Formats: sequence, structure tokens, C-alpha cells
Amino acid sequence: MSRILHRWAALPLALVLSLVAISGAWLSLLPLNVAGAGDSSLDLGQFAAQVVAAVPATEQIRRTPAGQVTAVSFDPAVGMVETVIDQASGAALGPVAETPFATWVLDLHRALFLGDAGRIVVIVASLAMVALVVSGLALAARRMGGWRAIFLPVRGGAASGRWHLMIARLGAPALVLSSLTALWMAGATFGIVPEGTMPPEMTPVSGTTGMRLDAMSALAGVPVTDLLQLQFPRAGDANAIYTLETTAGIGYIDQGTGALLGWADRSLTDRIMDTVHLLHTGEGAALLGLLLGLSVLAMPLLSGTGIAVWLAGRSRKPKLKNTAAEEAETIVLVGSEGGTTWEFARALQAAITAAGGTVHLAPMSDFEPARYRAARRVVVMAASYGDGDAPASAKGFLDRVGQMPKPPAAPLAVLGFGDRAFPKFCAYAEAVARAAEAAGWHMLMPMDYIDAQAQAPFKTWVGRLADAMGVSLDLHAPASHEEMVTLQLISRRDFGAQSQAPTSILRFQLPRISLMDRLRKRGFARFAAGDLLGVLPVGDSRLRYYSLASGMQDGFVEICVRKQPGGLCSGQLTSLNPGDQVRALLRPNPGFHAAEGPEPLILIGAGAGVGPLAGFARANRQKRPIHLYFGTRSAEGEMLFGSELTEWRAEGRLASLTTAFSRSQPRTYVQDALRQDGARVASLIAQGARVMICGGRDMALGVAEAFDEILAPMNLNPVLLKAEGRYVEDIF
Amino acid sequence: MKPLWTVLALTTALTLPSIAAAREVTLTTTLREYRGENAFLALYMTDASGAYVGSLWLAASKARWYDSLSDWYRATGGSYAEVSGITGASVGAGRTLTVTLDLADALIDAGYQIHIDTAVEHLYSSPSEIVVPLTSEGAGTPVAGRAIIDSFTYSM
Repeated sequence: MSRILHRWAALPLALVLSLVAISGAWLSLLPLNVAGAGDSSLDLGQFAAQVVAAVPATEQIRRTPAGQVTAVSFDPAVGMVETVIDQASGAALGPVAETPFATWVLDLHRALFLGDAGRIVVIVASLAMVALVVSGLALAARRMGGWRAIFLPVRGGAASGRWHLMIARLGAPALVLSSLTALWMAGATFGIVPEGTMPPEMTPVSGTTGMRLDAMSALAGVPVTDLLQLQFPRAGDANAIYTLETTAGIGYIDQGTGALLGWADRSLTDRIMDTVHLLHTGEGAALLGLLLGLSVLAMPLLSGTGIAVWLAGRSRKPKLKNTAAEEAETIVLVGSEGGTTWEFARALQAAITAAGGTVHLAPMSDFEPARYRAARRVVVMAASYGDGDAPASAKGFLDRVGQMPKPPAAPLAVLGFGDRAFPKFCAYAEAVARAAEAAGWHMLMPMDYIDAQAQAPFKTWVGRLADAMGVSLDLHAPASHEEMVTLQLISRRDFGAQSQAPTSILRFQLPRISLMDRLRKRGFARFAAGDLLGVLPVGDSRLRYYSLASGMQDGFVEICVRKQPGGLCSGQLTSLNPGDQVRALLRPNPGFHAAEGPEPLILIGAGAGVGPLAGFARANRQKRPIHLYFGTRSAEGEMLFGSELTEWRAEGRLASLTTAFSRSQPRTYVQDALRQDGARVASLIAQGARVMICGGRDMALGVAEAFDEILAPMNLNPVLLKAEGRYVEDIF
Repeated sequence: MKPLWTVLALTTALTLPSIAAAREVTLTTTLREYRGENAFLALYMTDASGAYVGSLWLAASKARWYDSLSDWYRATGGSYAEVSGITGASVGAGRTLTVTLDLADALIDAGYQIHIDTAVEHLYSSPSEIVVPLTSEGAGTPVAGRAIIDSFTYSM
């Protein structure tokens, strides 16, 4: 509900709210620079006398809440003339400067140049703004795992979503305050909010004239800063009076005696309006206004990131042809909040379809066991949201499982998706498995988990599912052809030609990027080292994935490929010559990005696994401390990126480079190098360092053991670091 | 602006004994070419002593600004009952407001005065910018204002 409200309140109003916010931020600068503002030692009587001396025809003295005093006088030739008065002395400073641009901005801010219709649009937008902040906070609380966790560091998910939340947390108080005060003021404009002070009763005038202003008892001792307006009596009318309005109230003053003829305190509604006006405009509290003004600039940023989140979510929506629930042998039910789990489900659907099976893919909320007449198995792929809540597309699933008269005959497989960085990892999938068990539903295979959208464990799980189904499943068949591009090789560098493990660094030209991809920042429009390049070898339909060693900003697509004995794809790739082409697509892998930050990075890679790590170092223009542990066979002919690593070390893109050679004497592996460096590694971890590991499974296990030993004295281990998102692996 | 017809029947002083004892009066107010938003105007009558007797017309789109028409507001407390049925839109710079109404004969040549208070948001207000006696003789003679009114004429 919150998500729907949030999205549909935001999209149509993003432009209006951004215009209102930007113009409001600009207007918030105005109170900082008010002509003639300053402290005055004069009381209002003395001050008004000085004003009349400076502008003899004065009919009215006004003071804005921002502190500008003006005298209004009448010149028959030109009409009303407004003169700026120095608040300290009462001296005239010259005519009021015309501010057509400020007037224009104010009209945009309040009414979009559309008069009352525009005012109503802005009011509706302000109401929507409040709804957006409330629904947005509810979504944030869900994502972060509770209201208490709402201000914890944001981790996981796409960058647009992270930024959206971080900006929102900063901007929300000012946006709510500005919207609510705007609504109050608009309510007054349209007469809904009561306003005004009832005029006081007035005792009869003396009928005399000519009292000096600085001798009037009613004006003595009144601070100039309290003044709102002093209206002079109409010339030549002995019955006319001075009307004084101050922040304290309204009073009538006899022009002959200077005595107060009547007084009414400022009404409560007017005092509330004074405060509302102060909070909204910053007039009278310029720095507060500036702070609020800058904060509401969050709005256009939120519009941008919000639209990016929405577009990204849309492109993940299911779009494959679906077998009807009654006819499919395999029912795949998806519980997903943002849409990432759908990608895994579609991959599974495509793989089963390619193997000749029939699949019905549906959200978990569509669970209807009575319709699954041809089903041989039911697969539930469920993400958890926040504190183990049901994701959006799984609403009501658990209730319906609990209400089943008898469990479906088709056995169940449950796969949980989550992120160990969040407190209740896969809690919802566990609840599904428990509920199914309680309902007596036979399990096809034990429940399993996928952490942080990792591809490798998913592949493993699909392998086990295939075994249970008695078929062979080819997970990477689903690459849709519209995502595939042709990449042309620019250059290749070969290493270890004499060994059994020849490895090449292949550099391809950036492909042309369609406008739609550019706008949606998908495909090759935005990628970083650590993302995956899926390569389609000639003569096969299965993609092979390679970690990228370059980012979009490097201007080329680079991968490291080790030629596998008998490997189809690696064989084709390592025999490419410059100018040759391959078909490939880009798969984001946000779990293995060198997230921005000042804390040190400890990169550990072996063989071709150094590729993405080299990419992180290459992109490290801000020179954060990156420590690379690189394991390869020998120093001769097998130092991938050798000359660049030396260069980056000299430039400071690498803080240190430690190598381990497994075919030299003595044989050392990266885990040995880490152990030797234990004290330094421990101190880096104590400084908040993040560990990123890329390479084979054996190496990853060895490295984890080494970290267990190194971190034991600190009461830490790789599992704890993983939970904080500080220990990530890319294993092949 | 098209003529607006109204019958003043709200206050004792202006109550018509019968329509026969009334005269059609047209009030024409032309504003100066000032710079600023539309102006609010209150047209009302006082007796010879300056005491308020009744409202003729209120050109103010929003009640929020009634109090800036300060003489009129002081006399009426901004009471909506005083102007029910005789309000209209605010008036832009350089524009003319024409109001036609039936006024009791007893108000003419009897010391009663027409007042106009004006106010412009963010600019200034001018209470009793126009004060002119309602006489047969004065009909048709333009009077200049002292703020934003270029000229005011009444005819009957």
C-alpha cells in the first residue's frame, strides 16, 4: 500500500514539487540580504519622527518580517512612492528597488503563474508531499528492518534506491515543515484558516491635531522591531487617527494628544500565522530559512532518484510467456519486493522451458493450489523484506497455506533470497518452509538460501533442482537477444603461455548504447569493475560469465580469461584476434562493487581473479588506501596487469601490493601472504577496512581460514564481517 | 467591467422604504498603472460625522486581506454579513471598476459621504483614499485618489 501510494503520488507531482522546491530554495536566500536592516536604539516615536523628517509626505511606515522598513508617500505625478528606511536611524536610503525576478519566482512558487488554479495545484502537491514523506518513511522502515533502524547506514540494493533513501532522510524534516506551513498559509489565503484580529473599541477622538510623533505616549518605548505598520491619519481630517499594528496587537492613536484610543492584543490565530510565516519563509530567521531552503533542494534529487528506482523496477517486471496454472508441470511462485527475485525466477523458468518443461510463473500472492492440476512440483522463490516481512508480491501466501484443507500432491522446494547485511536474513522464506511443513506439504528438497543475489549458489541450487526433477537444466539459456551486443576486440595480452594455465587480458571496444539504455542506465550504459560480462560462445546457447576488469569510465570492456582445457567459451575467447567479435551482454553484480568510501580496501585475488580487483585500483582516482594481495604462479610471464600494478602503486592508486607465487620456491599462496601480514591486516580491519576476494573456491576457503586466525584475537571472523557487508567474495 | 446591479438593503440607514424612493447611481473607479498585484477596494458610506452607515461594494477575492482595508475593517470588524451579495473580484492596475446600484433618495444631498479604502498585497494600503460627499451637484465630477485611484466619479 505504501509503495503504491508513494509511487502514484510522486510520479505526476515530481515536476510540480521540484519547481516549487527549487523556487522556494531560491526565495530562502532573500531574507539574508535586506536593505537597511539593523538594530535601532530609537523607540517607535523617535524613529517615526525621523522618518517624517526624511520623507515629509509619509502616509504609512511598514516593516516586513524580514526587517525591511519602508515609508509610503504619495506623489500626485507618479502615485505611491515607497522609500527604504534605515532601521537604525530612520534615514531615507532611496526608493525601493524593483525586484521583478523575485516577484516572478514567488508567483512560480505559489501559483505556477496560473493564479488560483495554480495555487490549488501547489496545495494538492503539498498535501501529496506530506503523503510522500509518510509513505516513504514507512517504506524505509520496512527496508531497514524497523523504525529504530531507519537511520542506520544504507546498504544493498541499487545505487538509485540507496541515494533516494539517504537524501530523503536528510530532507524529510524540512520538506514536511515547509509543506505543512505552506498548507496553513494557503488555508488562510482561501479563508479556511481563521485569521485577523478584531479591531478594538475606540474612545472618541480629541478633534485636535499636530502632536509630534516623538512626544506621543502611545509610541514611546515601543521597539522598532515590533512594528508591522503605522498608518498616518488622512491629511486635513481632524477626526482621523493613527493606526498602529505591532507584533503585540493593534491600537488607535489620537493625532492631537498622542494617547491610545483603543487597543486589542494580537489574536492567537495571527500569532500562529506569524510563526508559520517565519518557519516557511525564514523572514525574521534568515539562517533557519536558508537551512530549510537548502534542505528542500532534496526534492528534485528525490524526483530523479525516485524515477530511476521506478524505471529500474519496471524493467524487471515479468514478461515471458506463461503456461496456464492448470497445465504447467512446474509452478514457480515469486515473492519479491523490488523485483530482483523475478530475474532469478525468469532464468529458472527459461531454463526449464528450454529443457522441454512447462512452467507457470506467478507472484506468491496468486497462490491457488486447486488450480495446479498438472503440477509435479511447486517452487517458491521468496525474498525477505526488512525485518522478515512478506515481500509485496507474497501478501496473503502464509494465510492461504494455513487454510489449505490438504497439502498439494506436488512437492515443494523453497529458495530464500536475502542479504546477510540485514538483521533477519531470509526470515520470510523460513516462515514459508515452516508453514508448509506444518501443513504437511511434502518437500522436494531442503530449503536453501541465496545471499546478496549471488549467481554461483543459485547455479548450484538449480543443479540440485535439476537432479530432483530428473532433467538437465541450462541456467544461462535465457539471455534475451535484445540484451546481447556485439563486442569487438581491441587488444589482448597473454600470460603464462608456457604453463598449463594460459591467461589473457582481453580488451573490447565499448558497444554503441541505445538511448533507452542510456536513460535507464542499464546494459552497457553503466557498469563498473566487478560486474559480469555474459559471453555467448559460437555453437552454444549457454552464457559464460566473466568478471569485468574495467568500468564505463575507462572507456573499454576488459576481462581476464583463463583458457580451460577443452573449454568451449574460454577457447574461443583466447583465440580471438584484434578486430574479431563476440556476442555478449552485461549483468550488474552490485554485491561485488568497490562501494565508495574512505575506508581501506583489502583486495585478494588469484590468477584471472585479479581482473575486477585491478579494475578497482584503476578506478581509484581519489586514492583511498587499497591493499592488493595477488596470487599467481610465478613472477615470470604470469604477472597479469604487472606493469599497470607497478604504475598504480607509484601513483597511489594502490597503497600496497603483495604477491604470492605458487610455482616459485618457496611456494606461497595468498593466504600465506595474509598470515605473514597478519598484524597489518588486523589493524586495517580495525580501521574499518572492507575485504573483497575474487578467485577459485579453494583459494576463497584458504583465505577465509587465514582471516579466521588473524581476526580471532579481535573476536571477529569472516562471517561477522560478511554480516556487515565488509567481506565479499566473487567465486568461480 | 460589466455593470453590477445591486440593491442595498442590509443596514437601517440604507434600507429602502420602497423602490420608488431610490435612484440609480453608478460608481466608476479607475486605477492608476501601478506595479503590483490586483488591488482590493472597499466602497462604503459614512454620515456627516464620519460614522459608518453601510457598505456599497467590496472588491476583494479573499477574506484574508479584508483587514488591510483598515477604515472599513475598523467600522465593520470585517463582518461578512456587511458585504454579503455585494462582493466581487479584486481589480488590476489601470482597470476600471463600475458598480451600479439603487440608493435611497434620503442619502443624497444629506451630508453622507462615499469612502473608498484601497490595499495592494505586498505594497500598501490607503484607508479612505477617496472621501467624497454624495450630492446631486457633485455627480459627474472626477475626484483623484491619493494612492492607486486615478479617478473616481459617481453619476445618477
